[in-house]
Amino acid sequence: MEVLTVQEYIARGDKPEFLFWVGCAGNFDARAQKIVRAFATIMNQLGISFAVLGNEESCTGDPARRAGNEFLFQMQALQNIQTLKAYEVTKILTTCPHCFNTLKNEYPDFGGEFEVYHHTEILSKWISDGKLILEPREVKEKTTYHDSCYIGRVNGMYQVPREILDALALELIEMEQSGSRGLCCGAGGAQMFKEDESGDKRISTERAEQVLATGARAVAANCPFCITMLQDGLKAKDKQDEVMVYDLAELIIRQNHW
Amino acid sequence: MSIQAIFFTLITITVFYLAFRRYRRVARIIYLGKNEEISGHRKLRWRNVLLVAFGQQKMFKRWLPALFHGFIYVAFLLTQIELIEIFIDGFSGRHRFFSNKLGALYPLVLNLIELLSVLAFIATLIFLARRNLLKVKRFWKPEMKGWPFLDANLILIGEILLILGIMTMNGADQVLQSLEPAHYRPTGTLWMSASLVSPLIHNLSVGTLEILERSGWWLHILVVYGFLLYLPYSKHLHILLAFPNTYYSRLKPRGRMDNIPEITRELKSMLGLASDEGEQPSTEIPEFGASDIDQLSWKSIMDAYTCTECGRCTSVCPANLTGKKLSPRKILMDIRDRAEEIYTRLESKDAKYLKAEAKDQPLSLANFNDGENLFNRISDEEIWACTTCNACVEACPVMIDPLDPILQMRRYKILNESSGPPDWLPMFNSLESGGSVWQVSEDRESWYKRV
Repeated sequence: MEVLTVQEYIARGDKPEFLFWVGCAGNFDARAQKIVRAFATIMNQLGISFAVLGNEESCTGDPARRAGNEFLFQMQALQNIQTLKAYEVTKILTTCPHCFNTLKNEYPDFGGEFEVYHHTEILSKWISDGKLILEPREVKEKTTYHDSCYIGRVNGMYQVPREILDALALELIEMEQSGSRGLCCGAGGAQMFKEDESGDKRISTERAEQVLATGARAVAANCPFCITMLQDGLKAKDKQDEVMVYDLAELIIRQNHW
Repeated sequence: MSIQAIFFTLITITVFYLAFRRYRRVARIIYLGKNEEISGHRKLRWRNVLLVAFGQQKMFKRWLPALFHGFIYVAFLLTQIELIEIFIDGFSGRHRFFSNKLGALYPLVLNLIELLSVLAFIATLIFLARRNLLKVKRFWKPEMKGWPFLDANLILIGEILLILGIMTMNGADQVLQSLEPAHYRPTGTLWMSASLVSPLIHNLSVGTLEILERSGWWLHILVVYGFLLYLPYSKHLHILLAFPNTYYSRLKPRGRMDNIPEITRELKSMLGLASDEGEQPSTEIPEFGASDIDQLSWKSIMDAYTCTECGRCTSVCPANLTGKKLSPRKILMDIRDRAEEIYTRLESKDAKYLKAEAKDQPLSLANFNDGENLFNRISDEEIWACTTCNACVEACPVMIDPLDPILQMRRYKILNESSGPPDWLPMFNSLESGGSVWQVSEDRESWYKRV
């Protein structure tokens, strides 16, 4: 698919409006690659001017910071800010809530001031601006929404993702714990990269049980790590073929047959 | 001056002196914490105090407990008016000083206090039953065994005594107004005590009624004094600290962890970047994060003293919900216990708590070493289990931040001791060598090139 790096974009004598920050998951995880492809497809369809850093992108450092490794985090932060500034980046889009939070809330402490949007925000904006027109849906599909901690509680976006689901004309069924009370998927705070501490069950299994209790056939989410965890949880309950997990961008390309 | 007034004055002076010393102690313990500048945005801070502390906004996430708690809270606030009269009466030996000074307002205020007192009485009984009979999960976690359990019940029993005192006083007073109008000034009908208490005692003699009225008065004020002295030892301190704690709550975005500027300076000089501060990186390597009270912010220690152990944080913690050992409430209780322990040991001036190199110096926080720290109370398993989901931060009705100390303790382990979950090592290593959280053979362009 057609995606340019900032360098290639500039070489054509132009400057991209947005930098698309892909993140480690989007770059390397097979499941998350589908999400970033879906989002890039939407941008290409809408003719959005964007570019990626490609091999010049590096982890934001979020998992290192949350794990307590401040040294490693700051190393990443300082280097990334240098790269972003070298390309005079002003607006950043990302599909990962952890990258989003770090770029938006933590990089300013190190001199990295950018306008940062999570794709949830920008998709909702494009829909309400009339830029992104969704095809009508005949059958209402029962769907539940999983609030990722770093979009919900940490950055206060509860309504924005629900507006997208509403625009998709899906039948939203809320889980027992949602919105500001939403249950974590179990991946945050660098848990994604370690075994669980000993306990009764995995957090992802608990969350999957809440998903199943709604009777929905699909779960919408907007974080590559949540999506992995939800799929793991559903698999643990042997329901991976009955309940599908989608990113918001994937729901959009599915509806518009892109 | 009557014997009663002398007695009251002496008790009051003693109680206030003891209370002053005990509260000063709490303030000094809070200042054992690390300096953190929390200032500015006064409007927003007062707004938090008004809405969250005074208005109990965050309690209403669970409306039923909020309602019952609200009865007790409003009764507590209103009774302060009655308390002013009790003080004036106590010092001067008069009876119901305000009764002929406030006109129609007096019976109105008293009736309001009585109504709330009766509601608070019912709420307190419900809370006692909920804690002891209903076995609400969050009240039966391991950290609630022993003193915290007794503490909670003592507070509720204290509240019952307070209300019994005031209702006995008013009920007897209502009857005495008709029997001894010369001394017992008319207050108008106090509906609650006149209908609930007076019928039980209206046949008693004037002498007995006078004793009852005085006993009610003394019971009430003595339990108030008891509470005043008890609060610094108890989780009930939240009734005072909720106000400063909401005022000083951190206003920065939740997703912004505190920076460690020493590391920034070090890295900037390593990378050849100009340091904004123009300072030279120091040669001495400081300790990062927190292993003990003096490395935590003073705000975290105030958080610990504000905590009333309601367990809303623990009941929404994903780790705790799935049977892991982490309980945000326990972290705060451990911080308070450890802070108490350090201060008590400092007070002892015992030379055995001196650092080896500080022999013969007077004991102070700077040269204190008792061979213990927070990790004696909080296990690694607890701090590694946190997902940083912020559910605990969101849940706390008095704006305590249980997440900050957890992350500070992680920093301590990783940065100073290089100890942590072994699973994190590959992640750290691939980040350091390849800038990705996973060791990968693909590049960052293949997701769109290889479709």
